[in-house]
Amino acid sequence: MAATEKQPIAGAGPLNGILTWIDQRFPLMQLWREHLAEYYAPKNFNFWYYFGSLALLVLVLQIVTGIFLAMHYKPDAAQAFASVEYIMREVPGGWLIRYMHSTGASAFFIVVYLHMFSGLMYGSHRRPRELVWIVGMVIYLSLMAEAFFGYLLPWGQMSYWGAQVIVNLFDAIPLIGPDLALWIRGDYVVSDATLNRFFSFHVIAIPLVLLGLVAVHIMALHEVGSNNPDGVEIKKVRDPKTGRPVDGIPFHPYYTVKDTLGAVVFLIVFSVIMFFMPELGGYFLEYNNFIPADPLKTPSHIAPVWYFTPYYSILRATTEDFMWVLAVAVIALAALIVLSVRRARVKAGVAAGTAVLLFGFFNFDPKVWGVVLMGVAVLIFFFLPWLDRSPVKSIRYKGSLYKAALAIFVVAFVVLGYFGTQPVTTGATIMAQIFTLLYFAFFALMPWYSKMGKTKPEPERVTW
Amino acid sequence: MADKGLDQGKRRFLVAATSVAGGVATAAVAVPFVASMLPSERAKAAGAPVEADISRLAPGEMMRAEWRGKPVWIVRRTNEMLDSVKAVADKVADPKSERKPGELTPSYARNEYRSIKREYLIVVGICTHLGCSPVDKFKGQPEAFDPEWKGGFYCPCHGSLFDLAGRVYKNKPAPDNLIVPPHKYLSETKILIGEDTQGA
Repeated sequence: MAATEKQPIAGAGPLNGILTWIDQRFPLMQLWREHLAEYYAPKNFNFWYYFGSLALLVLVLQIVTGIFLAMHYKPDAAQAFASVEYIMREVPGGWLIRYMHSTGASAFFIVVYLHMFSGLMYGSHRRPRELVWIVGMVIYLSLMAEAFFGYLLPWGQMSYWGAQVIVNLFDAIPLIGPDLALWIRGDYVVSDATLNRFFSFHVIAIPLVLLGLVAVHIMALHEVGSNNPDGVEIKKVRDPKTGRPVDGIPFHPYYTVKDTLGAVVFLIVFSVIMFFMPELGGYFLEYNNFIPADPLKTPSHIAPVWYFTPYYSILRATTEDFMWVLAVAVIALAALIVLSVRRARVKAGVAAGTAVLLFGFFNFDPKVWGVVLMGVAVLIFFFLPWLDRSPVKSIRYKGSLYKAALAIFVVAFVVLGYFGTQPVTTGATIMAQIFTLLYFAFFALMPWYSKMGKTKPEPERVTW
Repeated sequence: MADKGLDQGKRRFLVAATSVAGGVATAAVAVPFVASMLPSERAKAAGAPVEADISRLAPGEMMRAEWRGKPVWIVRRTNEMLDSVKAVADKVADPKSERKPGELTPSYARNEYRSIKREYLIVVGICTHLGCSPVDKFKGQPEAFDPEWKGGFYCPCHGSLFDLAGRVYKNKPAPDNLIVPPHKYLSETKILIGEDTQGA
């Protein structure tokens, strides 16, 4: 039998016996070695590499606090708002658990956005980590769904009207839209039926999916190995005797200790916000959500929570006038592709696709295109591994053109996010339209500008 | 397992047949789950017509009724407000309510003021963009969203503008005019919303 062939475990003191017994029946030591003790991570990780483990920490925090909130919360349109107030005022420690959960939601997005940004900087989406990136993007999409479903639960004015707007996005889809929106809501308006199913998605369906995806994300990462700020593969230079990467160090204890420090600092900042400013000026908890949902009256100013506002801005920027700008941009991009590729079939395909798009631009409502643009703004991240054509991965060795493009993108994301929280004015719409174009230009033009400009030579080994 | 004398064709057929049968069964099992998310019988039954009493509505004022969970606005327009509807005819996208005639505007309201009686505007107070409820800004005065504002409705979500006949302004996110629900006058002061004389 295979079990008895395994070596007994030594070095765990009094636990040797029990660990040996388990290991002969379950690949305990193998998992421990592959993912922690003998997972060789590059030794030059910097500040930006805290955010992966912090995301895991926040996930655990959200699940634990969520379990306890679900003990007191009532997913019923007549009782939901009051049950949240009951948690805040009468459940012992309920206010703290609720603030942990609400602050945790925003913290999750902060951590995930920074995690994605470090990937963009150091080329972590590039070959051979395309699947790590894609799974990560699916996690990001699931997280958005989780946040959206959860936001309806307090049944405040923002919960209600936010859900109304987002579900109505599906209504814009030609042909099946209205029936699809009806199916999602389970009623003709956002109602008790909607609240009840969103609760089910928020506490069961999406968390299960998230946990599975996180496991896949880490497995894919540990298969190809971690990237690093230099963007060079540590697996290329191995110790001839042991076969281990010379620039790698075991994840445990080196990075478990480093990440523990990161977790402590993070929790200090988290606690300051949670205890002293849980609403964070209306950004983490919107003031209008302290008013119970009223299906007959939209609050005078509605905006999603901050982490959705860049996309919300893009949605609002798509007006009838903007379709002309968009048409010109699409034609310009198509011309650029036709001039850059050699194969005639690709040229014809691009021309045909452009014609279809242009026809669609002026034959469907701008509303449909607003929704499409918003969707594309999120989904375009999936294509990054193939849009980036630079010979080097890390921003340290890339040309100034890419650095400038990344800076413009970050500014566009933040500015769009800001305007998404503000009421609509003519000036704000024009600003949102300009930055929407810049946002998309970062991705659409990447195949060209990432190849241009002088890159610095990548080093053989990591620098630190 | 020995591969000797293996009939590859037979194996492929059996694998394919089992996959197809399993796939069909899985799809069939999904049907009740998908169907369970459709509006329940109770939700469907809640769509009955409602009566609104307009006897106490003063000129220039608005009242709200609830029909199928949606707000229905009843505005008693003054002459000044009716003039503003005329004045903005070139600013609105669909001045004569010609788009999607059956869905948006019943035939008896397909006129300049989009109403049966000139004085009373009756529309569903849900923006045709993404379903927010616009806010009434009846006073004609310069506003942040339009310096030449003549009065109407402003949607706080995405900035769509509607005039005092519920007609959408050009170049706004909302594609269509506000919906005029089927309705009829039961008497001078009573309106039935959700049913009209055409038997809708």
